[in-house]
Amino acid sequence: MSDVLLSVRDLVVEFPKRKTLLTALDGVSFDIHRGEILGVVGESGAGKSLTGAAIIGLLEQPGRIASGEIWLEDQRIDQLPYEKMRQLRGKRIAMIFQDPLTSLNPIFTIAEQLVETIRTHLPLNAKQARERAIQLLDEVGIPAAAKRVDDYPHQFSGGMRQRVVIALALAGEPELIIADEPTTALDVSVQAQIIDVLKRMCADHGAAVMLVTHDMGVIAEACDRVAVMYAGRVAEIGQVRQIVKQPQHPYTQGLMGSIPSLAHQRHRLIQIPGSMPRLDAIPTGCAFNPRCTSVGERCYKERPDLLVTNQGEVACWLFDQGGVA
Amino acid sequence: MTKTTTSSQDPYQVEPWWQRILNSDLFYDFSRRPVVVLSAVMTLLIISASMLAPWIAPHTPFDPASLNLMDGFTPPMEPNAFTGNVYWLGTDSQGRDIFSAILYGARVSLLVGFAAVGFAAILGITLGLIAGYKGGWIDTVIMRIADVQLSFPAILIALLIFGITKSLIPRELQEQAAVYVLILSIGLSDWVQYARTVRSSTLAEKNKEYVQAARLFGVTWPRILLRHILPNVMGPVLVIGTIGLALAIILESTLSFLGVGVPATQPSLGTLIRVGNEYLFSGEWWITIFPGLTLLVLALSVNLLGDWLRDALNPRLR
Amino acid sequence: MIAMLVRRIIQAVLVMLVVAFISFSLFQFVGDPINNMVGQEATQQDRAELRERLGLNDPIPVQFMRFVGNAVQGEFGISYRMARPVSEVIAERLPATLELALVSGVLAITLGIVLGVYTALRRDGWFSHFIMSSSLIGVSLPTFLIGILLIYIFSVELQWLPSFGRGDTVPITDNWSTGLLTVSGWQSLILPAITLGLFQLTLLMRLVRAEMLEVLRTDYIKFARARGIRQRSINFHHALKNTLLPVITIAGLQLGSIIAFAIITETVFQWPGVGLLFINAIRFVDIPFMSAYLLLIALVFVVINLVVDLLYFVVDPRLRVTKSSSSR
Repeated sequence: MSDVLLSVRDLVVEFPKRKTLLTALDGVSFDIHRGEILGVVGESGAGKSLTGAAIIGLLEQPGRIASGEIWLEDQRIDQLPYEKMRQLRGKRIAMIFQDPLTSLNPIFTIAEQLVETIRTHLPLNAKQARERAIQLLDEVGIPAAAKRVDDYPHQFSGGMRQRVVIALALAGEPELIIADEPTTALDVSVQAQIIDVLKRMCADHGAAVMLVTHDMGVIAEACDRVAVMYAGRVAEIGQVRQIVKQPQHPYTQGLMGSIPSLAHQRHRLIQIPGSMPRLDAIPTGCAFNPRCTSVGERCYKERPDLLVTNQGEVACWLFDQGGVA
Repeated sequence: MTKTTTSSQDPYQVEPWWQRILNSDLFYDFSRRPVVVLSAVMTLLIISASMLAPWIAPHTPFDPASLNLMDGFTPPMEPNAFTGNVYWLGTDSQGRDIFSAILYGARVSLLVGFAAVGFAAILGITLGLIAGYKGGWIDTVIMRIADVQLSFPAILIALLIFGITKSLIPRELQEQAAVYVLILSIGLSDWVQYARTVRSSTLAEKNKEYVQAARLFGVTWPRILLRHILPNVMGPVLVIGTIGLALAIILESTLSFLGVGVPATQPSLGTLIRVGNEYLFSGEWWITIFPGLTLLVLALSVNLLGDWLRDALNPRLR
Repeated sequence: MIAMLVRRIIQAVLVMLVVAFISFSLFQFVGDPINNMVGQEATQQDRAELRERLGLNDPIPVQFMRFVGNAVQGEFGISYRMARPVSEVIAERLPATLELALVSGVLAITLGIVLGVYTALRRDGWFSHFIMSSSLIGVSLPTFLIGILLIYIFSVELQWLPSFGRGDTVPITDNWSTGLLTVSGWQSLILPAITLGLFQLTLLMRLVRAEMLEVLRTDYIKFARARGIRQRSINFHHALKNTLLPVITIAGLQLGSIIAFAIITETVFQWPGVGLLFINAIRFVDIPFMSAYLLLIALVFVVINLVVDLLYFVVDPRLRVTKSSSSR
């Protein structure tokens, strides 16, 4: 496809520990298209947030990209020097973090933070930047933006602060926003509003979104496509509608079965037995094999890569001609 | 604490205590830090050398009969001009061997240091346990005193207590009582740290099930504090105690240097430095520099040990 | 804001009253003041008269009120040892101590912040490692030993700087002679100021470093990086400002301890300040001087605490601005 904005190829992220090397991401590949919203789901520790951090070049020490490539259109960005990458951050790729209460610098006003971000990336003078800041706040739905712009973060509620965070992320007109569980820390009543603001803002400004979450409801609500991650790998990727209706990977099936839905009250919720393996104890073969209900001989020996099916891509031997035996 | 000393091996097999220590995480961390190992070695060396001073010191420095004034001001490692005697670290104005004086001086310093830490710890732990467990006005009174005291430097508190106590003791007894007065002043200036730490641990501990169970069984509160809560708050106390020892040694030497500590008849390292300081200008540097270096090495080693212990026992920093 | 200010001032006055009571008790319980004032040959009658004249027969609360009243007017009685009014002696010696404390305080705070920030930003550089290792020595080194070592190196061996006294002083007002206007005054000040400031410097530096590292790990710094804010601005605008907030409190307290620690430095360098007098007062159980010094130090601490609180109020928007929004 020609409109691919971001392409992640075989990304491997490692954390060297005292004696061992932990492989946190092991061959992650996916694309994000211009203007689309890609959801990334999985249990905690599956590597969702780490993928986001790797893309924007903010992996925490001692984590490092061991191999693989990240392409932003036709520019390879995983090996850029710090200053080059900094100029890219906020300008082409932005990121939103989980907790709006701690994401804003407590001792600067909203205006100061917005204006600095805008002027870092756009050739505006102080007055123009301030006008733009007010306009952005207005767009994300902050009432009386012209007045509130000079307030400090602690004067806003959690939901309002996440709106400010969205405005800040969009200040440099980025083409991609990585939203790392943007609603997890918020009241349930505000979550839908924030997702709504995020969706609307990105549509208006033409930005694609990589929406990291563990909430399948949010995915179904907001995303175009979804990638399911398990133990540092992509298990399945495809259109949201397809995956919700007809999940292919046994893990995805388990995930879908565990969502309570009002429409099907008579069904019991299904639980996936066991828990995700620790990074230093990932089994050979398919990482999901200890918990899988359709496991076969081959799953203990060979690790499946993403296989193209008529519904998307899935990393499971069930969809290979050789099967699981 | 308990977690770090249990080994990961078969729990039913009883290991000898030294095996348990060697297998612990704490010891593993310790053995991987050469600076910390060196500090431990230096600390032990100074402690044991000073405890064994009567046997290993080449001279008995504070017995006037054994001193020869002719030996006075002998530089280190050089034969004396009159007697030809050689002293490792030289002699002072009265021909006293500096090396022996240091051994005996370190003995006094360590004695006062340990005693003051012990006194401060017992006082602080007791008050902290009571304040944390009983709460109410006892808690308020104890912690207010602690707050006020904490806002003044320890040296000032110690000086003040020393001044007051001294004036209460009849002049004839002052010399013998000096060491005890010193221990009292340093201890009283340093209990706050223990009290605050123990109080907060006690607050956290007292609502746990095992304490409530003990209360239901009718165990009396002093017994609950001693048998159930105390063992669980000892980890932080150990850390404060180690760092406190370094502080106490420094405080003692400072007071002695200021001339309000132990008398010259029973000198500590601080007293030796004060006495030697007078000769610094006439070129007899060794009289004050060697005790000074000993004090530095001792304080630094204990500080490094305490620093390491704090980091090693604090899971957040690992 | 006004309410907080009033509360703080009431607290400060309370602390001062407690300290005043301790000072007052010194007179009551430590030795008989009459014994200290009259000679051996004084008769019982002389003593009784003196006792009556000094008001020592009045009820304790009355005596305490009188003590506080006098203290507020700077009246602390006659020093036993020097036979001069305590207030006069202190006024004469105070400038020396204040000048020393000021210079070493400025030294400790500026260098402490600069080095702390440097070692936090260049965590793995050799210079940072060097600074951090030597700071541990600095913390373990007793103040008087630093002084002795400096005297030995710079006064005895190199003979660059004087080892005692204040050098030449110039009077600026009736009771303030400064050493800060003469060359020899500054020469005499260098070693004592370093001695006094070094411990506070290392403490402050380690604190700034730890605080800065903590701030650099926060979400808002991560978010600032993710927005492409320039490294310079992140370090010196976003992070440093947040680092310095808690440092203000500690720096204030340090300034107070500097005045107390001046006792040691003044003894080592025979610096003619109040600390030197205090040590002598303790040796000779000079109660009027001890109690006056105690009150003076307490006053310094209380005032510094008050100033720090106010400063915090000015710098931290979270305290200054009240929560005004409840809308989502």
